[in-house]
Amino acid sequence: MSEGRATSLVIETPEGVEFSYDLASPVTRALAWLVDAAAIMAITKGGGKLCEWLGKVNEDWATAIAVILYFVVSVGYGIVLEWRWHGQTLGKRVLGLRVVDAQGLRLQFSQVVLRNLLRVVDMLPIAYLVGGLACFFSRNCQRLGDLAAGTIVARVRSPQTPDLEQVAPAKYNSLLAYPHLAARLRSLASAESVSIAVRAVSRRDGYEPLARIELFRELAEYFQSLVEFPEAAREGLTGEQYVMSVLRVIYGGGRG
Amino acid sequence: MIIDLPRFVTAERAYWDELHAVLAKMEAEPERRLALGEIERLHYLYERCSSDLSRLDTFATEPGLRAFLESLVSRAYSEIHETRAPVKIRWKNAVRAFPRAFRRHLGAFRLSVGVTLLGCAFGWFALHVDPRNKAILLPFSHLRMTPSERVAEEERAKADPLKGVKASFAAELMTHNTQVTVMALAMGVTFGAGTLMLLFYNGVILGAIATDYIAGGQGVFLAGWLLPHGSIEIPAILLGGTAGFVLAGALIGWGDRTPRVERLRAVSADLVAIVAGAAALLIWAAIVESFVSQYHQPVIPYGLKIAFGLCELAALSFYLGWVGRE
Repeated sequence: MSEGRATSLVIETPEGVEFSYDLASPVTRALAWLVDAAAIMAITKGGGKLCEWLGKVNEDWATAIAVILYFVVSVGYGIVLEWRWHGQTLGKRVLGLRVVDAQGLRLQFSQVVLRNLLRVVDMLPIAYLVGGLACFFSRNCQRLGDLAAGTIVARVRSPQTPDLEQVAPAKYNSLLAYPHLAARLRSLASAESVSIAVRAVSRRDGYEPLARIELFRELAEYFQSLVEFPEAAREGLTGEQYVMSVLRVIYGGGRG
Repeated sequence: MIIDLPRFVTAERAYWDELHAVLAKMEAEPERRLALGEIERLHYLYERCSSDLSRLDTFATEPGLRAFLESLVSRAYSEIHETRAPVKIRWKNAVRAFPRAFRRHLGAFRLSVGVTLLGCAFGWFALHVDPRNKAILLPFSHLRMTPSERVAEEERAKADPLKGVKASFAAELMTHNTQVTVMALAMGVTFGAGTLMLLFYNGVILGAIATDYIAGGQGVFLAGWLLPHGSIEIPAILLGGTAGFVLAGALIGWGDRTPRVERLRAVSADLVAIVAGAAALLIWAAIVESFVSQYHQPVIPYGLKIAFGLCELAALSFYLGWVGRE
């Protein structure tokens, strides 16, 4: 693997604001390609059946149509769908991926065509070996077609406004009864630790019961080591409840 | 900076929703031109959301919120900062775009022709030195016999050799030649080495065939056989090579200080125009090869076939050289 291979592509706008794209891994891309290959096979198979039927009328023309259909579908599938669906094919939709411009600009038709035409090289010698290796070794997981077209394949993010109630519900919060300690906690809690706590809360229902208790106990101990609230504020709170109270303090939700 | 997140979301959500709605409309109708007031509003919303995003940068927040704002800002950024016009596929424009793109890259076309001619010279030399090399250079069944034998056989034939398979033969030729042309473009990504080898190999075959037939005293048959489709097919493959060399040039960027991404961006539309044009030419060439080229004297006189091929070449030269000139 190349040194420092990125998992996201950060773009800084002229206004000085940074946004990022989560790069799709070679494995996810391969799975999307398998879905697309199946779709192409289904379309050509359907077309082939139609041509068989046409063959009863004129075999020569039916064969010609079948040959052209296979070629057009295998080359045009990616071009048409990525253009019409804003960088997505069926496989990319299923896997939640999207082709985007590597500089964050609007994806152009010429880029879509170029990255799809260069598949002929990426597919060499078999099963996308060249493209897969290029993807594996390039910093932004780009196959040769992506490098030439200036595109990347990114994971699609949900455009839904987030539900803050999940991590910071507006409930009574015993820690807020001590505003000076709450302010101290806000200033001492690192961005990384809060992010870990948020992820832990978001995913808590998926953990094994014992692992869940252990994880939140450790997180609670960490936050307690930053600021020690009086026993009265912590009384009756499990590790998980304590971590959620800490998040409410940091996000400003809840009532004291 | 510490912010009260629920209050922050409540205050800003209306602007985010508005920007999301504006962007969805723009993405659904890319050709729609915005009024000045709409542009100003879009810019305001973009800056406001960018500002919201940067406020979150100094604060560890719920990852979903950051992802949501990043998605909005990136979509707005791509709409605001894109300087290339959205593509409008119109036949009139497409017909002119191809020769214009060709003329912008005449140097690469000359290189394509030069490499092919070099291959031709090698093919001639290989056959001239030892005629037995024919079996290696031309491993095609219909080219194994001597040119005189083949001409005699073709001219003697009473039945239509392609009866009942003309359309499928044309389809095979179309797809095969288009694949070769696309490969010539795509091999440009190997810094032009693959394109160079492909064109050289094509040249070797062409040179060997020409040497074989001319040495065998069948130059007229050769011209009558090759010119009707070759006058379009060979330039089309050379155009594929041109696209490959343009791609290689953008990758290498001799003496060009522009970043590689910018160089590639600058030529991508031309590459697509050239390859699409070449593919269109190959459709015509395949039809001619299947329905005209394979019929020889006395069915179609050689003079007529040669004249037809030369007319096509002249028309193609005129099209590539003059159409779309300002």
